[in-house]
Parts: sequence; C-alpha cells; structure tokens
Amino acid sequence: MNHPDAPLKVEDLSAFYGDMRAVADVSMSFAPRNVTALMGPSGCGKTTLLRCLNRIHEIAPGARTEGTVLLDGEDVYDSEMSVIELRRRVGMVFQRPNPFPTMSIFGNVVSGLSRSVPKNDKAAAAEKALRSAALWDEVKDKLGRPATALSGGQQQRLCIARALAVEPEVLLMDEPTSSLDPISTLSIEELMTKLAEHYTIVVVTHNMQQAARVSRYAAFMLADETRAGRLVEMDETSKMFTKPSDRRTEDYITGRFG
Amino acid sequence: MFLIAIYAASGFFVLLVLLLFASLVKGSWPALAAFGAKFLWTSEWNPVTEQFGALPLIFGTVVSSTIAIVLAGLVGILAAAYLAEFAPRWLARPLSFVIELLAAVPSVVFGLWGLFVLAPFVRVALAPSLQHAFGFLPIFSGPISTGTNMLTAGLILALMILPTVTAISREVIVAIAQDLREASMSLGATKWETVSRVVIPAARVGIFGAIVLALGRAIGETIATTMVIGNKPVIAASLFAPSYTLASVIANEFTEANGDVYIGALLELGLLLFLVSFIVNGLARLLLFTVLKGDRA
Repeated sequence: MNHPDAPLKVEDLSAFYGDMRAVADVSMSFAPRNVTALMGPSGCGKTTLLRCLNRIHEIAPGARTEGTVLLDGEDVYDSEMSVIELRRRVGMVFQRPNPFPTMSIFGNVVSGLSRSVPKNDKAAAAEKALRSAALWDEVKDKLGRPATALSGGQQQRLCIARALAVEPEVLLMDEPTSSLDPISTLSIEELMTKLAEHYTIVVVTHNMQQAARVSRYAAFMLADETRAGRLVEMDETSKMFTKPSDRRTEDYITGRFG
Repeated sequence: MFLIAIYAASGFFVLLVLLLFASLVKGSWPALAAFGAKFLWTSEWNPVTEQFGALPLIFGTVVSSTIAIVLAGLVGILAAAYLAEFAPRWLARPLSFVIELLAAVPSVVFGLWGLFVLAPFVRVALAPSLQHAFGFLPIFSGPISTGTNMLTAGLILALMILPTVTAISREVIVAIAQDLREASMSLGATKWETVSRVVIPAARVGIFGAIVLALGRAIGETIATTMVIGNKPVIAASLFAPSYTLASVIANEFTEANGDVYIGALLELGLLLFLVSFIVNGLARLLLFTVLKGDRA
C-alpha cells in the first residue's frame, strides 16, 4: 500500500528489545484522514510497531529501532527532530484508560497544554477536545471532579480528549477498547469513525470485527520463526476480508489460528 | 490444635501491648496524681524539688523531629525519584543497597560520629555561617556556645531517617503504573515533567506514609539524640541552644531517679512516647497499606 500523500510512512523499520527483534523490515504508509488497522495474533509486533511511530518504544530499557519513520516527509528518528514536538503531533491512546489519577477531568484534558496558555484559552481548548471526544455533554457540569470518578468508557474518551487537546495530526490507538464493555466499545468505535474526518488514525486491534467496522485500510502482521513481527499484507479492509492475497491472512481471518 | 497455637501466639502480642500500657500507667501513677494534665504544659523539670513538667521535652522532641523530617523529606523524596526514575540500573541497585545499609548502622554509632565530627563542624562552621546569613531570624540568633544543640540533633536525626524516607518512597514510586508515565510522555512531556507532575503526585499518599513512618522513628530515637542535643530542659527560640527530648531524658536519668514521683514522671514520659509512637506508626502503616496493597496482593 502506498499513499503518496500519506502524512506518516514507515520504511524498512525494525524494532528491538535488547537483542530480541520484535519488528522486522516493515514498510507501510498510512492514508490521511482514514483509519488504518494493524491486525495480527498476540506477539506479532503490531503494538511495538505502533509505539515506534511516536518513539514511545524507546523509553523501555534496551529498546531501539532501525529504519525510517517519516512524518510529513521528516525522519522522526533524525537528530534534528524534537521528540517532544513529535509526540505533540502524533497523539496516543492506550489499552487501559489511564487518566492522571490526581487530576480533575479538566486538568486531565489540558495536561498536555503548556502552562503558559492563558486560562480562557485552556477552557476553550478543553471544551473543543471534549466535544470532539463526544464527552462534553456528560461532563460539562463536573469538570472539577476527579477523572477517576468516571466510568471506564468515559475515562477512555477522556484520554482521547486529552490526546486531541494538543491538536495532533495523527492519533495512535493501542487496542483502545480491549478493557471496555460492548456498549462503551461501540461508542469508541463510532467516535473513531467520526475522528477520521480530521485525523489520521492508526489502531492496533486483535478483534477482527472491530477492524472490519472501523478501518478503511488494514495491515496483517505475523511473527516469523525468530519471533520477529513482519508485515504479511496491507490493503483496503474490505478487500482483506473478502479476497486476501496471502494464504496466511485468509487462515487468520477465517479463524484457523490466532 | 495448630489453630489454637496460632491464635495464642498472635493473642500474646496484643496482650503484651496491653500489659505494657497498663504497667506504664501504673508506674507513672504517682506523677499522674501529683501533676495531672499540668504535666504537659509546665516547664519546670527539677528532680531536687520534685517538680516535673514535660513541656521543654515535648518542645525538644517536636522541634528536633521537625528539622529532621523537613530535611530528610526533601532529600529523601528527591533521592527516591532519582533512584526510581532517572538512575541507570547499574547505579540504582548499588545505591539503593548502600542507602538501606545506612539504616542498619546502630544509632550509637551515629551518636558518636555526631558528637565528635558533626557537633564541632556545626559549632565552628555551619552555625556561624547560618547566623551570618540569616541571623535576623530568631531561630538562627543567639550565642553559639556549644556544638551539642538542637540543630545538631535535628541533623543527626535527619541522617538517620533518610534511608527510611528514601527506600519506602522509592518503592511507592516504582509501584506507580507504567502506562501513566507513557501517557504523560506521549503528550510531549519531558521525563522531569512526567515525574514531577504525574508520578510523584500519584505516589503522594505513599510518600506521605513514608514520611510519617520516619517521623515515628525520629520521635522515638534515643541514644543518638542524647549524645548530641545538649540535654538541658529549656525552651529556646534559637536552634543553637541545647535542648532535651522525651526519650533522652528517660535514657539519661533512669539510673539516678529516686523516689516514686521522679520515677513516675519518667514513666509518664515513656507513656507519652508510647502513645505518640503508636498513633504515628499506626497512621503511617495505614497510609502505606492502602497504597501498596494492590501491588503486593
């Protein structure tokens, strides 16, 4: 898959934990303002790949990468690139809702904004982010309450609002519904579809129905015999689920393993 | 049968605490009867006239422990944050080990060092320079006649409780979930912003527990304090003046105490220490339990 106007591209990317190679020679690009799903069984390197895109991978001891990740044509691993700037342009949502436990709902949403931002601007940014995350109506009267008082699904939408408040171009989501109930999952999925009008979204999921529901494009990854994750194929999601070009994709989709 | 043995063994400790409390009350009865609650807020401590008021000792205990907890709290939290978040692994392990060894040094050794090394240093260097810079503050005014004073006691206590604050705070910080750090860093926060705005606030209850536990140790510390505090039951604004604490009075005077009232007064100090330590330690453990239970379960 090659999108010429892709804001985010990966070229020959390998990721390591110490001596262990978790991702091997992956190249792909992510279509602008669309949802791309990374699928595959546990241990196929999809989460590690995602974590390389905002360089959060490298905070683990012994973690490193080889290859190139291009954000709007700039190599994010170049020494010229500020990792802080990168992470503000590439937001992330995690498996488990993880609002900051000592902060209020409002405090969480604006936690990524600089302290020098005036209070009124913060309030406006918070409202905008909470509206985008479809949470505003539920929390507008209790912005000062602790974030931990919200339900799991609300907490996850709060984490999405927190990521949106810093106005990223790309949103990375690492199995964002894996700890949520079916109703909360549905609301997050609807939200993803809506957010894709403005943001380039990359979502890791091992729920194939979810990939089918939310994503326009999908990539299928599999670990090779050295347990390094490799890209098997990438295509439009509808095509992947109906006419996959690789036998292993078909086996996975039809439930023969994974 | 085994069950009975278990209950008996644990019941024994409850009984021990109750008996200790009862015998302290009984032993201090002559003083309790003679002075009543006045014991707590009168300043005369005079074995010759048999007048006993514990206020200077309470003052000495509170002030020396406060100095210790402020200094050890600041240094200990920073050290814990460094060990848990910043230090490379090859350095963090031996450093933690050394800090925990520091906790195993007998307090009499701290006392000796305090008396022969720290006290002279305080008298000739530290106290004069503090007075030179901040002499307008009452706590740094007044004559510097001796190195065995409130400041030296506070410093020694700070050093002695530092391992407790550091080791427990480190444990609490390490127990904070990794995904909170990642959430913060994924928003573009630096490591330092992440630690200071997210990790330490999330660990605050446990850190507070560590400080309260250390405070309990500072209040009860006896021999090291006795060796460096000067042992004078006076209330002075200056930290350069000698003082006295509840624990050091007992350690210093129990051999020479005669008469029911004198002995009663010392035992009443013991009762006071017993109650305060009981409450402070209970509070600390309660706080730490709520924080660390999830991690250890």
